[in-house]
Amino acid sequence: MNNYLFELKEGLLISLRAIRANKARTILTTLGIVIGIASVVLMSTAIRGIDNAFQTGVASLGSDNLYIDKWQWFNNDIPWWEMRNRRNLSLAEYKKYKDLAKLPVATAPTVWSNQTVKYRERSVEFIILQGTNEDYIKTTNLSFSEGRFFNEIESNGGREVVVLGSEVAKKLFPRGGALDQFVKIKGHKFKIVGVLSEQGSWVMGNFNPDNQAFLPIQNVFKYFQSENLRSVTFNVRAENSSMVEAVKEEAVGIMRRIRGLKYNEINDFSINQQEALLKTINQTIGVIQIAGLFITGLSLFVGAIGIMNIMFVSVKERTREIGIRKAIGAKRRAILGQFISESAIICLIGGMIGLVIAIILSLVINQFLPTSVDANAFILAIVISILTGILSGFAPAYTAAKLDPVEALRYE
Amino acid sequence: MNIINIEHIAKIYQVGSEEVHALRDVSLKIDKNEYVAIMGPSGSGKSTLMNVLGCLDTPTKGLYDFSGTNVSQMNDNELAAIRNREIGFVFQTFNLLARSDALHNVELPLIYAGVSSSERKDRARLALEQVGLSDRMHHKPNELSGGQRQRVAIARALVTQPSIILADEPTGNLDTKTGEDIMALFNDIFELGNTIILVTHEEYIAEHAARIIRLRDGLIENDEIVTKRYLPKKNGASK
Repeated sequence: MNNYLFELKEGLLISLRAIRANKARTILTTLGIVIGIASVVLMSTAIRGIDNAFQTGVASLGSDNLYIDKWQWFNNDIPWWEMRNRRNLSLAEYKKYKDLAKLPVATAPTVWSNQTVKYRERSVEFIILQGTNEDYIKTTNLSFSEGRFFNEIESNGGREVVVLGSEVAKKLFPRGGALDQFVKIKGHKFKIVGVLSEQGSWVMGNFNPDNQAFLPIQNVFKYFQSENLRSVTFNVRAENSSMVEAVKEEAVGIMRRIRGLKYNEINDFSINQQEALLKTINQTIGVIQIAGLFITGLSLFVGAIGIMNIMFVSVKERTREIGIRKAIGAKRRAILGQFISESAIICLIGGMIGLVIAIILSLVINQFLPTSVDANAFILAIVISILTGILSGFAPAYTAAKLDPVEALRYE
Repeated sequence: MNIINIEHIAKIYQVGSEEVHALRDVSLKIDKNEYVAIMGPSGSGKSTLMNVLGCLDTPTKGLYDFSGTNVSQMNDNELAAIRNREIGFVFQTFNLLARSDALHNVELPLIYAGVSSSERKDRARLALEQVGLSDRMHHKPNELSGGQRQRVAIARALVTQPSIILADEPTGNLDTKTGEDIMALFNDIFELGNTIILVTHEEYIAEHAARIIRLRDGLIENDEIVTKRYLPKKNGASK
C-alpha cells in the first residue's frame, strides 16, 4: 500500500514537472476540456434550474388541490374522443356539488376564455380570463399587491369587476395606479378591484396567474362564452394533503350521484391532481436531461480526444526520455502512472478553468433562469475531468509503458 | 563468484523475411572488480551484447546468469528491477533528462528504487561530489559542458551502488582531452572496487581496461588480458 502511495506521489511529481515545462501546450490542450466541463456544469445547473422552476410552478397549484373536470389532464389511458363525448360539467352541477360536499375547505367553479384586455391605447393580447366566484381565492395561495378579490355580492350579481395578474397590470399600467380604473374587454368595461402580487414561475406560461385576469363567472358566460359550450372546472381544496384522498372519494361519490350514473357505468368526469402534472413534468425533464447530457457529453468527448491526441504526441516526442527511464529501472507501471497522471492533471486544470467559466456564465444566465453552480457541480467537474484524463490518457500511456527500452534509447 | 556468466548466447532478429544473427554463440564470464572492454567493428554484435549484458534485451538462445540469478527468461518488469538495482548505465549521448537539473537526473534511479525523497537527495549529492560536480547540482544539462554532462551520467550510474557499470562509448561525443578525464574517472571508480564493462571501437580507449574482448560477426574473436594497461594520470577531477 505504502509502495503504491509512493509511486502515486512520485508519478504526480514527475507529471507536474513535465506540465510546468510545457505550459503553453498544456493550456492549449486543456481548451477542449475547459469547454467540455464548462458545458457539462452549465447544462446540469440549467437543468436543475428548469427543474426547480417547474417544481415551484407546480407547487403553486397547491398540493392540496383537486380539479374536477370533463378532461383528464395528463393522461395516457383514456382516449381523447371518449372524454370529448362526455357531458360538459355545468355551473348548476357545481352548485349541487358545493351543497353536498362536506370535506373541502373551499370550492370554486372556473371557466376560461382567451381575450384581449385594453386600457386606453395599451392592450395585452389573448390572455387567459378566468371566470370564477368569490371562493376562488380560498382555493389558491394568491395574494394581493393592491385591492382585493371580488366578493360574493359582486360575484352573484355578475358585476363588471376584474382582478388583474401582476404582469397584466404592469403592461397596462406601467406607472401603477391600476386600482379603480376601467379596462375594456371585447368592448365591455370592467372595473379593477384588485391586482395580484407577483406569484409565479415563468414555466407556467399563460397558466401563470401573473398573466391572467379574474372576473365573476357569469360575466364570462354573458359576454364571451356561451354557457352550454363550455365545461366548468371545479377547483376543490382539501384541508391538508392527508385529506386529499378522502375529498377525492367524496367527490367521486357526489359527482356520480349528481350525474345519475348507474353502478355499472364508468365515471364521465375526471379528478385531476398536481401529482399527474408532476409526473408529466418529471418525464419531460428526464428527456431534457438525457438530451442535454448527451450533447454536452459529446463536447467533453471531443475534448478527451484532443487530450488523447496530445498525449500520443507527447509520448512520441519523449520516446527517448521513456527509454532513459526504463533503462535506469522504471517498470511499466511507473511509466503508465506517469503519463496517466499527467493527462489527469491536465484535465483537472482544464476542468477547474471550465468550472470558473461556468460560474461566471451562470451569473449571466441567472438573469433569465434562476440557477447557480453548487457544490455538487463542483464535485461533478472535478470527478469528470479526472476521469476524462485517466480514460483519454490510458491508451497513450499504455503505448509508452510497453516501449522497448533499446528501441526507445535509439530514437532520435 | 562470477557476476556475469553467459553460456552459448545467440540473438536473432527478424528483419522482414530475413533472419539476422546479431550474436551467434557467445560465452563469457566476468568477475567482480574486473575492468573489461568489449571491442569490435560495427555489425560485430557488440551493441547487441551490451543490451543483453545490460538486461535491456533478452537473448534468443542460451543462458544468462547474473550473480546467481537466471535473467535470460525474465519479463519486462523483472528486468527493470535488475537494471535498477544492479546495473549503472553510461551512454555515448549521456541520455540525461533535458528539463531536469543535475541533482534530479542523478536522483532518478532512486525514485524507481523506492527511496524516500530526503535520502535520495543526500545520496545524489554524494554521487555528484564523487564525480567532482558538487558546484553544478542545480544546472540543467544544457548549462553543462559535454564532460560535465557525462559526469552527471556517471554519478547517476553510481548512485544506486550497482554491481556493474556498463559504459557504451562513453567518450564518443567528447574531445580527446575531456575523454581522457572521463577515462581517468572510470579508472578511479574501478580502483574503488567496482566492476566496469566498457563498449568501444577505439583501441586506445579499450587499452584503459584490464581485459579486452573482441567480437566479430556475432562471435568472440579474442579474449585477452591487457599486459600494458594505459593508466591515465590523476588529474584531481575525482577524490
